[in-house]
Formats: sequence, structure tokens, C-alpha cells
Amino acid sequence: MAKVLMKGCEAIAEAAVRAGCRFFAGYPITPQNEIPEYLSWRLPEVGGVFVQGESEVASVNMVYGAAASGCRAMTSSSGPGISLKAEGISYLAGTGLPAVIVNISRGGPGLGSIQPAQQDYLQATKALGHGGFRAMVFAPATLQEAVDLTYNAWDYAERDRNPVMILMDGCLGAIMELVEFPEMKDPDRLGTKAWDLNRHEGDTRSARLLSPYFPEAILELKNTSQKKMNERWAQNDVQVEEFMTEDAEYIIVAYGISARVSKEAILRLREEGYKVGMIRPITLYPFPKESFRKLNYEQVKGFIDVELAIPAQMHDDIELEVKGRAPIYEYCRSGGLLFDDDGVYAAVKKILDGGAK
Amino acid sequence: MAEYKRPESLKKTPSGFCPGCMHSLATKLIAEVIGEMGQANNCVHIVPVGCSTLNLAYWQGDLLGAAHGRAPAVATGFKRSNPDRLVFAYQGDGDLAAIGLAEIMGAANRGENFTVIFFNNQTYGMTGGQMAPTTLIGQKTTTTRNGRDAETTGYPMKMCELISTLEAPAFVARYALNTPKGCKDAKKAIRKAFEIQMAGKGFTFIELLGNCPTNWGLSPLKTLEYMESNTIPYFVPGVYKDKYKDEVK
Repeated sequence: MAKVLMKGCEAIAEAAVRAGCRFFAGYPITPQNEIPEYLSWRLPEVGGVFVQGESEVASVNMVYGAAASGCRAMTSSSGPGISLKAEGISYLAGTGLPAVIVNISRGGPGLGSIQPAQQDYLQATKALGHGGFRAMVFAPATLQEAVDLTYNAWDYAERDRNPVMILMDGCLGAIMELVEFPEMKDPDRLGTKAWDLNRHEGDTRSARLLSPYFPEAILELKNTSQKKMNERWAQNDVQVEEFMTEDAEYIIVAYGISARVSKEAILRLREEGYKVGMIRPITLYPFPKESFRKLNYEQVKGFIDVELAIPAQMHDDIELEVKGRAPIYEYCRSGGLLFDDDGVYAAVKKILDGGAK
Repeated sequence: MAEYKRPESLKKTPSGFCPGCMHSLATKLIAEVIGEMGQANNCVHIVPVGCSTLNLAYWQGDLLGAAHGRAPAVATGFKRSNPDRLVFAYQGDGDLAAIGLAEIMGAANRGENFTVIFFNNQTYGMTGGQMAPTTLIGQKTTTTRNGRDAETTGYPMKMCELISTLEAPAFVARYALNTPKGCKDAKKAIRKAFEIQMAGKGFTFIELLGNCPTNWGLSPLKTLEYMESNTIPYFVPGVYKDKYKDEVK
């Protein structure tokens, strides 16, 4: 299929349609409005449903209702709206329903700013809602990757009967790039889902999709199986890009737009003889721990956490793997401010030259 | 001669509602209508949060749990993807008229093709009898120990009146369950609402005035009198909106 030039948010929306998503509910919030706008006409075109909800809270609960019949369903929002969706995301995890939640992230906390930022990492990877569950979190760095990760997101969500998050900064949501879309999946040929309330066979219906668990021991079993699921993700589902790490003395850790900018800086620094590489988590959760464990700490002199977030939110996850064996520096901007043209290059160079002690 | 038997939508287990509570009466009426319409295997009961959650223990049929107040949103998602199922949400007054106010008004205003049955007993029963948005002025609750004071808590919210101001809803009505006539009228209205839904004609809303002997601190019998002299004069029963008066029996 030919490549098309498309905006980030719209590319995610079209990828969702290709993946067989036939229900979307959402509420306007910048910088993700192009997703509901696109799906408002695109979904009816393929026999799907678009609902503009009265709130983010209502929208995620509509997605919960649609998912209950085996329909591939999605909602999208940005920081403040994701906080409101926390309730519904927790209910999806509690009830065991698959759905895809897209966060096109902006500056925070509070209303923050509508400009791009990466300040929702902790929320996405540690606590998307109450009750201590986790969701797989995918962080694309190119629009093609956004298309591919969105397209595959339901496969994970349905395998695990758990929500999946696509976390992409507002930069990538707004830029245009050439993308190639995978083939259209036919929702009718995706097979019957075990949780489909319509799936009942026999004389008397009594399918139940609920999140209260009685007695408490049943809930403990559910919690335990979620823990095991998280461990399986760590074993099998980590996605990471290791860029020029083999001989690297300094390793940048970055995802999304920060990783793109860092890559340019690395190429410039390499030309000047600096041995710099990058670990780019594609799955923020499960975090690519092995990429840090296998490093030679005689060779690696330090890490530089590059994020659009102050304080840096990935720092603790890096530290948990580095375990004090090398210093972790930070180069961050926040609140909706981006890196300057020479920002990452200059900041990393300063660290390498020993100027950032 | 008609035989009086357990509706097929109710399991052969005790309801879990307190003795004398009209929740069990209301759910029985709904179950009877579903059975009479032959919809027991086609209906999906959206179970919200509150005493109404107890329904999951004895309701026979497909159930979908919703977060507190969100039943109309969950029903929207489910019904839009499954237009042939009979979908109803059974919500209490805290669930519907406080935390779920946006969801009920949104769904009603979009004219979603499902039915909401609103059980109004003027209190949060499950959590121990706090003030609800529908608690009457002067009514004592655990958070209004001297009776609800309009000065600081406003007035009881009239949901049928509010919803009937909207353009989209097809049928909006309120009945009181403290008399046999009230129960019979309520049952007829539930049937009409379900028939409108199955004909694809839009949003239907039935409010049922009920009691809470436990949290009102009255014997079941006394609650009937209380309803007659306090609840019914404020929440006046009747049909508030009927778009298809002449089309659907």
C-alpha cells in the first residue's frame, strides 16, 4: 500500500479503524481533538459508532459498555482528561474488559498547558486508576510506529482482558509524516470473545461482567493473577530500541519525541568522537529492564535521562536497574517547553566533558 | 385462572434487601414485565452502585456492572453496539441524581434507546442513610441530623420534571409503590417503556417512589403513610412526557 502524509492524531485514529475498532467515545481536549474529529466521520463510514460524551468520565464508561459485547472500543484524551478516565480504566481492569486508551500528553499538573510534554509517565506506568493494577503502555517515537502500535494494541488488550494505553506526546500528535497503513481487519472475523455478553449458549442467560468480587479471597486471587500477568509481560512483551549502545560510554534514556531529538544529538556527538548511545523504551510498562542489566558497567560511565518532564519521571525506573553503578544525569524541559535546536546536543556534550558534576 | 409464580428473571434466593424495602417490589415488577414480554433471555441489566447492586445476587440474566452513577454511559456504549438487546439501568437516587447527574442528562438528551428505572427513596441506603439529592426538606438523615435544611443543602431534585424539559426523551413518568394501584400503574409504565425501546423509539425514564424502613427509622407500614403524606405531595406521580401517546399502547 502507498504511503500517505498524515497528522499524528489522525494516523492513530485510522490505525484504530484498521485494527477493527468500531466504537469510540471521547470529549474535546487539546491536543488530541483530531482523533475524535476524524473518527466522528470515519467510524460511521465503516458501520462503527462515534459518541461525543458529556465528559471524559462518561466517555470511558461508554467504552466499557461497548467492550462488554466484544466490540473493539477506544477513547482518547490528554492529561486532565486521563485523570477523569482513571475511574473507568480501573473498572475495565477490575471487570476484565479490553479497551485502548490514547493519551496525547501535554503539560501539567492541573490544567497545565496545552503544549506537548511527557508529564504523565508516572500516571501511565504506575497508577492509571485506583486498586493497584497495571496496563501495558506503548510510547511511539514516529508516526509509523504510532500506527503499528495502535493497530496491535487490541491484540494485547484482548489477550489479557485489560486496558492498554498509547502514550504519545502532543508533538507527535501534531506533526505530519509519511505512514503506511496495515490492511483493514474485519471485526466480524475477529472471532467470538469469551467476555461477550451476547455469546451465551443454552436456555437461560446469566452472563456477568462485574468488578465486585465476593468473598474477599476471590479478589485476592484476581489480584494474584494480575501480578502474574504483569510478570509475563516483563518476560515476553518488552519492546525497546537500543541505539549504538554496544560501545557506548554514555547512554541516553529517552522515549517519544525526546528520543527522536536525542538520536540527532547522538549522531552529531558520534561524529565528534563521543561514544554515546541510547536506550529507547517502546513499552514504558513493562519497562525494558534487561537493556540495563546486560550492560558492561566497566564501560558505561553514565546515563542521561532526557525527558519533557521536570522532575524527570523515568529516573526512578532507570535507577532501579542501574543500582548506583553509574551516575544518572538529567536533561529535561517541562510545562510545554521543548528542547532548543542544540539543547540535547549541548547538554549531553557538557555532561560528557565533565561539566555537569 | 392466572398462576402467581416467580418471574424467570429472579433466582430462587432471598433478595438481600431489608424486610419491607420496596427495592424487592420494584425489581419484581420489572422482572414480571420482562417475563411477560418474553425478553428474559434478551435483556441486559445494567447494575449500578448502591442498594441496587444487591440485585446481582438474585437477578437471573445477563448483568453488566457500572461504576457509581455511570450506568447510562455504560448502557449507551452497550446498546449502541447491540441495538437488538433490551437494555435497562436500575439506579437509585444518589447514583442517578447526584454523582450520575451528567450521565443521566447526557443519555436522555441524546435520546439513547434504552430504559432507566429510577428508584427514589430519598436516601443513600447502602452507605447507611446519608442525605440524597432527593431527601425531603426536614427529613432526618445521618448527615442532616436535624432534618434537611434548604438554606444549606438546597431542595430535593425532581428528575422527571428535569428530564421532561428535554426534547429527545420519549416517555417520562413517575409512580409511587406504596399502594396496589401505584404498583399496577408502575408495571404498566415499565411495559410501555420497554415496548418503546424495542420499537427503537428512544429514551424512556420511569421513576419509582419507594421507601427505606431501615434508614428512615420507620416500620414498613409506617413508611407507606409517610410516603402518602410527605413524598407523594412533593414528587407528584404521573406521566411527564409521552411522545408516542397515540402510537404505542
